[in-house]
Amino acid sequence: MQHRISEFFVGLLFGVGLILSGMTDPSKVLGFLDLVGPWDPSLALVMGGASVVGVFAFALAKKRDMTFLGGPLHFPTASKVDRPLLIGAVLFGAGWGLAGFCPGPALVSMAAGHTKAAVFVGFMVGGMALFEYIDRRSNSPRNS
Amino acid sequence: MAIDWVHFTPWSSLAGGLMLGLASAMFILMNGRILGISGILGGLLRIQPGEVAWRLTFLLGMVAAPLVLSLVLPAGFIEAPRIEASYGAIAIAGLLVGFGTRYGSGCTSGHGVCGLSRLSLRSLVSTLTFMAFGFLVVYVLRHVQ
Repeated sequence: MQHRISEFFVGLLFGVGLILSGMTDPSKVLGFLDLVGPWDPSLALVMGGASVVGVFAFALAKKRDMTFLGGPLHFPTASKVDRPLLIGAVLFGAGWGLAGFCPGPALVSMAAGHTKAAVFVGFMVGGMALFEYIDRRSNSPRNS
Repeated sequence: MAIDWVHFTPWSSLAGGLMLGLASAMFILMNGRILGISGILGGLLRIQPGEVAWRLTFLLGMVAAPLVLSLVLPAGFIEAPRIEASYGAIAIAGLLVGFGTRYGSGCTSGHGVCGLSRLSLRSLVSTLTFMAFGFLVVYVLRHVQ
């Protein structure tokens, strides 16, 4: 139960952070990604603010062998820079630049009742399902 | 490069960013998980025992955010988002983001925030790559005629 409460609260905090930071507004995201037009550097502060807190948290997490709730720590195990990582990032970056949505803000924006965000999420889940289909057929073990 | 001072929101973006960092910190330290939205959502498409409830609870909390904020903040405090892309572009972008984040093992949160925070080379390469292509696509769409 402690875990469920923590997950819900962390999700809520993350969602609120996305809204306050401006990440749920695609025009703001595109204003950051447009280096040639009048440039809105806000998102650099979002990433910077998040990473400053994150660096301390992960340094602490790496020193521990269980969580504060007594559970296991799940760290990613992949370490090689490989082709799927690069191709995936290229496709994701292109889609991000095309609409101004990444996964979290799209979900939050859909929940706020925006139709275009809901359409985006529908196709995004479709893209994820396509990956599952191809991944299962090729049968190569991957990290999620 | 000229700064867009009209739309620049240093304080709310920094505050929001700190909240994203705090949420990521709590998720690894309390729940032992990387806070990566594409991984959390995409993992629901391959049902495994013990892998469903935590994802759903987290996502439920996240999508409750607009409702909770609307109850706490005065109306109009949060500007309504402007979604400029056409429905066709939205559809293509959705497919690219869904497939790309799963194929590349993460998105802005998993690679961009958590990965950089834990000093992962893979996440650094991913973040530089998706940002570069984000810049490139916006440049082509807005400035190449």
